[in-house]
Amino acid sequence: MGFAYQKGEGIVDFTEDQILRYSRHIILPEVGGKGQAKIAGARVVIVGAGGLGCPVGYYLTAAGVGTLALIDDDTVELSNLQRQIAHSVDTIGMPKVESAKKTFNALNPDVTIVPVKVRISKDNILDLIRDYDIVVDGSDNFPTRYLINDACVMSGKPLVSGAILRFEGQVTTLIPGSGPCYRCLFEEPPPPGLVPSCQEAGVLGVLPGVIGGLQAAEVLKLILGKGEVLKGELLIYDALRTTFRKVKVPKNPSCPVCGENPSIKELIDYNEGYCAPQ
Amino acid sequence: MAEISPDKRVDIRGLVCPYTFVKAKLAIESMETGQILEILLDYDEAAKSIPKSMEAHGQQVLKVAKINDTDWVLLIRKAKE
Repeated sequence: MGFAYQKGEGIVDFTEDQILRYSRHIILPEVGGKGQAKIAGARVVIVGAGGLGCPVGYYLTAAGVGTLALIDDDTVELSNLQRQIAHSVDTIGMPKVESAKKTFNALNPDVTIVPVKVRISKDNILDLIRDYDIVVDGSDNFPTRYLINDACVMSGKPLVSGAILRFEGQVTTLIPGSGPCYRCLFEEPPPPGLVPSCQEAGVLGVLPGVIGGLQAAEVLKLILGKGEVLKGELLIYDALRTTFRKVKVPKNPSCPVCGENPSIKELIDYNEGYCAPQ
Repeated sequence: MAEISPDKRVDIRGLVCPYTFVKAKLAIESMETGQILEILLDYDEAAKSIPKSMEAHGQQVLKVAKINDTDWVLLIRKAKE
């Protein structure tokens, strides 16, 4: 008994194993076989294979996202394992993107994992995200966060942004054109001296799991076209007090990158003085 | 009442919940609105739960009948995409 669905421009036929694997999705009225076929046709790129990239990639792999690219130039260290759940003692020293690929392939061989071991910069970001439908920010520093934001605005890609520090995390979904961008919220990155690096500040190991899980849910809703994403809203999770609150983020008409008269028309690498935590 | 002729038939005998519903749902999704699906099954629980779930998803249950000691036949009209 075969069931054929549109997947991108082609047709996807679920195997019996796939029907079993995705049965809890297929049962959902908002997903069904058609929604699962959309997931199978989706192409998502995750910047960072660390605290956030691991859970986002793990759940999107489990969900059966067709193609998942992982961008990170780092290698796995023992100090990562308190929170970066796709890596293990066996992969210490290995590039993070290769370590995560190994874990994700073992979970779901349906998913094509594309490991990209490079440092993202203004010179390569547009090429790296070009072939993908949705961008996920799982980076750990402001220069990268602003670079990804600007590149997504310039190329019209939806961006699911996440950030974590100590016991607090944030998530928002930025839709170029109809919603605000990250610079509508904070025009410029904070000066390097004011930014606590993860190394200085620490992070509760489970925090990226919560925030990454929320980011993965945002990605799936974007793919399915169901529900409401965090457009124009910043969700803030406080793990110590166990609270979630939403802050409205209006689109700023004078935003330097997505406003009416943008002053930023080229990508910027803010490299000076920022530390790269391990 | 005249016999209703289905547009598609699925035989899900041997399957248990929730795969009975998964298969039935995939079959109905692959059909056009207005068409009729015939489901042959032998899991008693599913003879109750599939009609309930189909109705909850907006589909129309035309018939639920036990046809022998083990098997059931359901007729579902696709009323909603």
